[in-house]
Amino acid sequence: MPDPIRVVLGEDLALLRDGLIRLLSASGFEVVEAVDNGPALLGALIEHKPEVAVVDVRLPPTFTDEGLRAAIEARTAVPGLPVLVLSQYVEQLYARELLSDGRGGVGYLLKDRIADVSQFVAAVRRVADGGTAMDPEVVAALLARNAGNEPMHRLTPREREVLGLMAEGRSNVAIATKLFVTEKAISKHTNNIFTKLDLPPSSDDNRRVLAVLAYLNG
Amino acid sequence: MATNERRAPNRVALAGWGFLFGLASVLVGTLLFSVLITLAGLAAVWVGIPMLLAVLPALRGFADLHRRWGGNVMDVPIARPYLPQPTGSLLTRALAYAKDPATRRDLLWSLLNPFVVCTLGVLPMGFLLGTVWYAIFPWLYSLVPAGLFDDNYGIFRVHNQATSYLQWIFVPISFGLFWFTTRPLMRTYARFNRRLLGPTDSAELALRVAQLTESRAETVDTQAAELRRIERDLHDGAQARLVSLGMSLGMAEELLGRDPIAAQSMLAEARESTGIALAELRDLVRGIHPPVLADRGLDGAVRALVLSVPMPVETTIELPGRLPAPVESAAYFAVAEALTNVIKHSGATSAWIVVRHDGTRLGMMVGDNGRGGAQANGGGGLHGLERRLAAFDGTMTVASPTGGPTIVTMELPCPTPSA
Repeated sequence: MPDPIRVVLGEDLALLRDGLIRLLSASGFEVVEAVDNGPALLGALIEHKPEVAVVDVRLPPTFTDEGLRAAIEARTAVPGLPVLVLSQYVEQLYARELLSDGRGGVGYLLKDRIADVSQFVAAVRRVADGGTAMDPEVVAALLARNAGNEPMHRLTPREREVLGLMAEGRSNVAIATKLFVTEKAISKHTNNIFTKLDLPPSSDDNRRVLAVLAYLNG
Repeated sequence: MATNERRAPNRVALAGWGFLFGLASVLVGTLLFSVLITLAGLAAVWVGIPMLLAVLPALRGFADLHRRWGGNVMDVPIARPYLPQPTGSLLTRALAYAKDPATRRDLLWSLLNPFVVCTLGVLPMGFLLGTVWYAIFPWLYSLVPAGLFDDNYGIFRVHNQATSYLQWIFVPISFGLFWFTTRPLMRTYARFNRRLLGPTDSAELALRVAQLTESRAETVDTQAAELRRIERDLHDGAQARLVSLGMSLGMAEELLGRDPIAAQSMLAEARESTGIALAELRDLVRGIHPPVLADRGLDGAVRALVLSVPMPVETTIELPGRLPAPVESAAYFAVAEALTNVIKHSGATSAWIVVRHDGTRLGMMVGDNGRGGAQANGGGGLHGLERRLAAFDGTMTVASPTGGPTIVTMELPCPTPSA
């Protein structure tokens, strides 16, 4: 069995914190520290430099966006530190701030998504690998915001669907599985999307996702 | 304070205003007053009342002209002191006019005004014309037959063309008087108007009480409606979902031994229920108090709001830090409502938002390049917005000519927040 992935957890609700520890430990992660407030989180992130951090946006002492701020600050101290931010609600503003350093290793998901354990664990792994995990709600809002853009009109409905899944951070393989088609068909779609949106082609999954998100955030 | 940096009014225009007011006061003022006095005697007579109803509003209109002039030109804002006008028969309305203490003050004003305006208001025009007169005097002197202008038009007599040039000494004096006294004189006149045309302290209080009573009633209504809506949303939404969740779980529990496949689908259903319940609660919370507003204040919340709008919105926000929570919330929902209106009704392709705090008031403007024709009355979203702002003594004005653009301007009183 491979070494477990080291996680730092920042969540103030004991019930959820214990649940997450249990869930992650059962799925091949090792929770090296679990904290319940912003300042302690920042300290733990910088001290442990975990392979991935799972962080609640709202933490004591201010009960505002303490967790998000700690995560962003930790990423300036430790560039590229993978962070998955969880929240009861998603704000495009926060997604934008998390993505703004242009590095991967960022996730932003509704807490609801934890219920789908396998998907959630896959998302944590993806972030740990330097990938991206954007909540479908964020992506839907991004697509709606860009719906009026001229280049977006050139996409077929299928291509728009693939674009959405790609923006969530999924790899071609994952998209192919989800849409019940071959990986080859998906890579054809993604090539078309990149041509139509005038984005530089890239074979690297993560870099491609970031390009798409940067385009949609435009 | 930014809003008060008004350019001082043009002196020549002021002289013109003073002259016109002088003329008007003598003509209209005395005419109105004498008609009113006559009518007051006739009031018992049946024709007296309708005529009174025609003349009193005219007097109010004339007074309003002076009030607006005071506010717009002289920066001496004068509030209208009138009590709300009842609807009903001619008699009720005439009586309401007669009973309003402001009417008596209007009458007193129309009696005094001609004297005051003729002493204060006409002087600037006199000085201005005097300057011109002294400046062209030598030329006039040369034109008219000798002996006609031999009079004492300054301090000394003019005997010949050479001495006529001495009149130029009075050009700077007269012009100086015009230059330095016009604004103070007209301001004094505006203050005189305010003294009589503005509300007295007790009238101001009465007006304020009427406003507060109305806005309090509306606030209570809105809050009650809001609570009912939340109760209904919870009842039909999250509560119902939890009931169905419990049912699904109970059934799964029973089926687990006999039919694991069916139990699994029950569990999947249960999970879906929690997802929907959470989504509904999220929407509800957003409607009560958006989390991003608590996190980031008005600045961040408006920026987050703009990101969800399917058109470019140019956003300018200048705030000295966090504002008091109730103001933040009211301001946020006001901007959100105005923006919703832009999206729903304007057909605009771009919009802009300005939020600015000037030390005492929070100003918000939402504009678009749409088709215009938006109205604050008629029970639409903008009307509700106006009522909600009224609870905070806020105001809203809508400028929306047909064909656009539309600009909604909102203001909330808000003392300087702690930084």
